[in-house]
Amino acid sequence: MGRAVAVIGTGQTKHGRRDDLSYPDLVREAVKKVFEDAGITPRDVDGVVYGSMPSMMEGVAYNHFYFADALRVVGKPLLRTETCGSTGQSVAHTAIHWVASGMADVILAIASEKENEGDAQATMMTILEPFLQVVIGGAPIAFSLQSREWMGYYHIDDAKAREAASIVSVDSHDGGLANPLAHIRVKLSKEDITNAPIITYPVRFYDVCPISDGACAVIFASEEKAKKICKKPAWVKGIGFRGEEYFIGDSSKAVWQSTIEASKEAYKEAGITNPLKELDVAEVYNPFSYQELMFLECLGLCPPGEAPDYVIKGTFSPGGELPCDPSGGVLCTNPIGAAGLIRVAEAALQVTGKAGEHQVEGAKLALSHAMGGAMQFNGVTILGSEL
Amino acid sequence: MAEKYKVDKDLVRMEIVDFTFPEKEYRTSRHDTVLPYNWALGPTWTRFFDGLKEGKILGTRCKKCNKVLVPARTFCPICYEDMQEWIELPQEGSIETWCLVNYKYYGQVKEPPYIIAQIHLDKADCSLTHFIGGFNLSDPDKVRGKMKTVSRVKAVWSKEKHGDIYDIAHFKPV
Repeated sequence: MGRAVAVIGTGQTKHGRRDDLSYPDLVREAVKKVFEDAGITPRDVDGVVYGSMPSMMEGVAYNHFYFADALRVVGKPLLRTETCGSTGQSVAHTAIHWVASGMADVILAIASEKENEGDAQATMMTILEPFLQVVIGGAPIAFSLQSREWMGYYHIDDAKAREAASIVSVDSHDGGLANPLAHIRVKLSKEDITNAPIITYPVRFYDVCPISDGACAVIFASEEKAKKICKKPAWVKGIGFRGEEYFIGDSSKAVWQSTIEASKEAYKEAGITNPLKELDVAEVYNPFSYQELMFLECLGLCPPGEAPDYVIKGTFSPGGELPCDPSGGVLCTNPIGAAGLIRVAEAALQVTGKAGEHQVEGAKLALSHAMGGAMQFNGVTILGSEL
Repeated sequence: MAEKYKVDKDLVRMEIVDFTFPEKEYRTSRHDTVLPYNWALGPTWTRFFDGLKEGKILGTRCKKCNKVLVPARTFCPICYEDMQEWIELPQEGSIETWCLVNYKYYGQVKEPPYIIAQIHLDKADCSLTHFIGGFNLSDPDKVRGKMKTVSRVKAVWSKEKHGDIYDIAHFKPV
């Protein structure tokens, strides 16, 4: 994969409804924190990568122009990358490629969203062309369709899927309670989740991520710089990214090839042959609890069609074999453009022992993941405590 | 939020009702962006929509992998070959997956509740995204019960056709 790359600092805003700040000020909150964490100054940075949701969500075309000052980009090269939900993974990968190639030594990666300022569902409608597939627009629709397809394909009983999805939601919300930066911080019971109103059947209110404002910044560095600057870097062990066809009906979304192939590539690069055993923690992109079940299978963390069984027996719960989303995941915090980079930052915090109250004891190898596009893209980044 | 929008029958899209600048709120600045676009459909999709106007669902076949895709395509997404052989597809098929939409948002193409489904038309090698309808959708639990018994569906055409995807009103259970 080229030169070794490490995360040498992370910075996240307090996520939530942040109408206390203008959008550039929100970005600045994350950028200030990442420089404090890494202990370097913008002078040490060779370039900046930024990403968010499409301009139609931001309300201004190319918001990185508007944020140039907050991004500390004056006098530096700037790249923009965006792939909708997987934007954060794409931003991280762009930074990693940049450093791994030897063209730069230190890259600042930033992603953000002020989702409360626009209309998230309306933006989702514009991700599809307006004359053939637009009827599927709106995130809960696409992902409920996908969940049903998955349940049908493996003949998963409604009640069993419901129980497993509720456990995912309870665990994530417990994670959110332990994470001071999370947006949603409430204690929920399985009953709260199963009795919540239906959004798009079988998805209920607490199966769905919130509308959050937030920003995340991560600094990536070459081996030489990382060792010089940082006492405890988080090393990039492997990355994978895959795209697929535009028309949703062209391929199976229950056996989601882009997730399967992206994770396989990352595992191969990281030398991982049994991800469930070897990984210590996973930050799986889970905007919908049902979708996490399908991801657990497609990421190779359990056999196909068996995610509900594994979830019900506690494999992915706190204290289980592979705790998932100890940060609360996307179910508790969803500034969309930033959500994929938050997964990377959380993985870095875990393998460097800096996750505080939601630290998974002794975590050394962590997976982070996000999906995006019109159900088209999946990105995976694996971080470890050892080079 | 729901009250802000209504379906514009001509546009087949939900539009903002209160499209005027309201009183400025302290600490915020309201701004709306509405931009017009006129999309070229190209020969393949033009013929596909002409077909719908005539009550036909048209797909195209890849000369390399032999797959039939609908809506018709100019080229195969996998082989990248031209897809010039036109196929009129049967108007019946099986439901791959479905979802009942029970909430309102801007840009929606129909007043909820409605069912969106992936419909695998007979003789096609992919699924078509469209509505399932023709029965009462007001009670989600009843809809779920009904949909458990439905596997085959058939196209129902709109009374008035405009050469767009809504010329098919929905697919109804057979």
